[in-house]
Amino acid sequence: MIGTVMHVAWLNLKRDRVGQLITFLLPVAFFSVFAAVFSGFGPDRVPRIDVAVVDEDQSEASERFVAALKKDDGLRVQTHRGEPPNPIAREEAREMVVGRDVPVAVIIRPGFTDKFGKIFGESASDEPAIDVLADTADPVAPQMIAGLIQKNAMTAMPNLFMQRGVDMLEQYGGPLTAMQTTAVAQWLELLNKPDDTPAEATSQPEVPAEETEPQPAFAQGLVSIKVHDLLASDPDKSPVNAFYAAGTAVLFLLFSTMAIGGVLLEEQSNGTLERLLASNLTMGKLLAGRWLYATLLGCAQLSIMFTWGALIFGVKLFTPAHLAGFAVMTLVTAAAAAGFGFVLATACRTRTQLDGIGAIVILMMSAVGGSMFPRFIMSEWMQNLGLITFNAWALDGYQKVFWYEQGVWALWPQVLVLSVAAAVFMIIARLLARRWETV
Amino acid sequence: MSDALVVADAHKTFGTTRALGGASFRLQRGEWLGLLGPNGAGKTTLVRAIAGRVRLDTGTLTLLDVDVSSASQQARAARCRLGLVPQDVALYDALTAAENLRAFGKYHGVTGRALADRARWALDWTGLADRANSLVKTFSGGMKRRLNLACGILHEPEVVLLDEPTVGVDPQSRQRIWDMLHQLQEQGTSLLLTTHQLDEAEQICERIVIIDHGHAIADGTLDELIAQTVGTGRTVALRLDRSPTPADFDDGLQTTDQGISATVADVAAELPALLSKVASAGYRVDDVDIDAPSLHAVFLHLTGRELRE
Repeated sequence: MIGTVMHVAWLNLKRDRVGQLITFLLPVAFFSVFAAVFSGFGPDRVPRIDVAVVDEDQSEASERFVAALKKDDGLRVQTHRGEPPNPIAREEAREMVVGRDVPVAVIIRPGFTDKFGKIFGESASDEPAIDVLADTADPVAPQMIAGLIQKNAMTAMPNLFMQRGVDMLEQYGGPLTAMQTTAVAQWLELLNKPDDTPAEATSQPEVPAEETEPQPAFAQGLVSIKVHDLLASDPDKSPVNAFYAAGTAVLFLLFSTMAIGGVLLEEQSNGTLERLLASNLTMGKLLAGRWLYATLLGCAQLSIMFTWGALIFGVKLFTPAHLAGFAVMTLVTAAAAAGFGFVLATACRTRTQLDGIGAIVILMMSAVGGSMFPRFIMSEWMQNLGLITFNAWALDGYQKVFWYEQGVWALWPQVLVLSVAAAVFMIIARLLARRWETV
Repeated sequence: MSDALVVADAHKTFGTTRALGGASFRLQRGEWLGLLGPNGAGKTTLVRAIAGRVRLDTGTLTLLDVDVSSASQQARAARCRLGLVPQDVALYDALTAAENLRAFGKYHGVTGRALADRARWALDWTGLADRANSLVKTFSGGMKRRLNLACGILHEPEVVLLDEPTVGVDPQSRQRIWDMLHQLQEQGTSLLLTTHQLDEAEQICERIVIIDHGHAIADGTLDELIAQTVGTGRTVALRLDRSPTPADFDDGLQTTDQGISATVADVAAELPALLSKVASAGYRVDDVDIDAPSLHAVFLHLTGRELRE
């Protein structure tokens, strides 16, 4: 009996292609996306960070340091505007960050050589050796930069660093004896081991909301760094909450619009569609009515999500500028999502097929498009891949509104792409729906 | 009497399958016509073509004196005077009966006070007035069938296409639906009924068209069809007290294990003589069964007994 039950279950699965996809393909596909995002996969295993570097020290040490940064696989360094000799100035670097040309800029301050590697004798009030200008909407970039600065400082100038250590020791302890020389040698050996570096020395404990106080070199590494968050006008503003509100809302918006599209398949299955199309209602009017409904429902869904985010999690929704941007982005996002739901529905033959294939497509698209985790943690090619999904465009638009404080006009690329997507989706759905019309 | 619907030489092929191969028939105004045929005969294709859901390869469809074979504006206007009651219960389960009626009424262009009046009438007509605000998903099969019918005729069509309107309902619901249809008949509505339930066609149709392999193979009243096919004679079967010996009876009688049977043109005149013949042969008659020729016999005579699957 049990064997028969198992055999029947196996036969059902064997003849259910969608079931097979969900059972075997979806987990593998999901694993692949997560692995690609978190473990590194593809031509660039880690996300390369665009960084503008300004050398105000203009010393041999700072030049070696810049050269080391340029060689780092994790960075794409710009030191000049266009072709040399037009080095980027501090103000230009600031504009590049504010304008989102780069997520972070490194300013090597005058006196970098003197401050380099001074572990004792500095206080928190001292000027840092390096200013980091950051857009912490991408919280990964400044943290990675902080770590990479320390790494490159260590590897680029070992002789300088060694000299600084010996100098300080001699300054406070007098000339080295033979035994002290041996101790210094051991200390240098320890510094050269990455594991011996305290964890807090190469990373910031939290996403900086505004400026961090410069830390003595011994507290954060060989080079003292001060991070300036150029876009955090409001200390309560959190890019994470706005991101997750938008990401989650878009993900579930897709599911709900797919369900509305799926009603067509149910109607086709139970004969209601036949009856509807035999009345004065045409397929065009039917699709238009359903699309408008799905769009309005999507707007309501997104509004509820953001209102909840505003009331409970501090998403700054209720300002005129944010409300205007939110309204524009919500309308085009809901319209595009509704269109996509109808493409899925009209491409499938049964509701069961739609539920299976739709879930696969939506989950994959949402993972790649940034609804599940921010695209800035993905490798570069995956970030580019994400742009073929409208999730990415929608999330970029919401980020412009809630993080970059950009006005409605700045949303034109997102509005254009999502509007065109909505139109294209509906044209495709209309063409696919022709099979239900007069044959 | 003028024609409500004329189907002339209708041809339709899907891929390599010929669904219609020259079907022709007429439905007169106010007439009730049964369209019968085995599975795959082409009935559904014909109904869909009349409803505008299938475009014929060749042939013409004339509905209320308008050629509806094309997708012209006139054709669309003419089809507004057509009602379709599909075989499936094509309703919104999550809506109430009244909401379904209003929705389908609007889809057919009925609005305002006219819609409210028609919905009220339909609820009375279907006997669902007390369940007007109940969700359809809570209805029995019979109630859904009645509402399904009402949604198809809410816009007062002059011609109604009924596809298996009583399939899957109990005898009481079936009778109720027939009563509803008779009310439509009194209002002069023309009706084309497709059904596999031959007794239903016998009961409510004035004329019957039998279709097979995509074209009409018989057309007439029940009596005409019987006369043209199996004949009007009655079959008289006598169950005897024991198995009869063929030699005891004349050639005109058929013997079976239970008794004998004969086809007679006039039962009143021929039955006494038959009983007398049996008695004189030494048998006692336990039971007498007289069968009139039926649509069932006509149907099998015309379409054969081979399964169509």
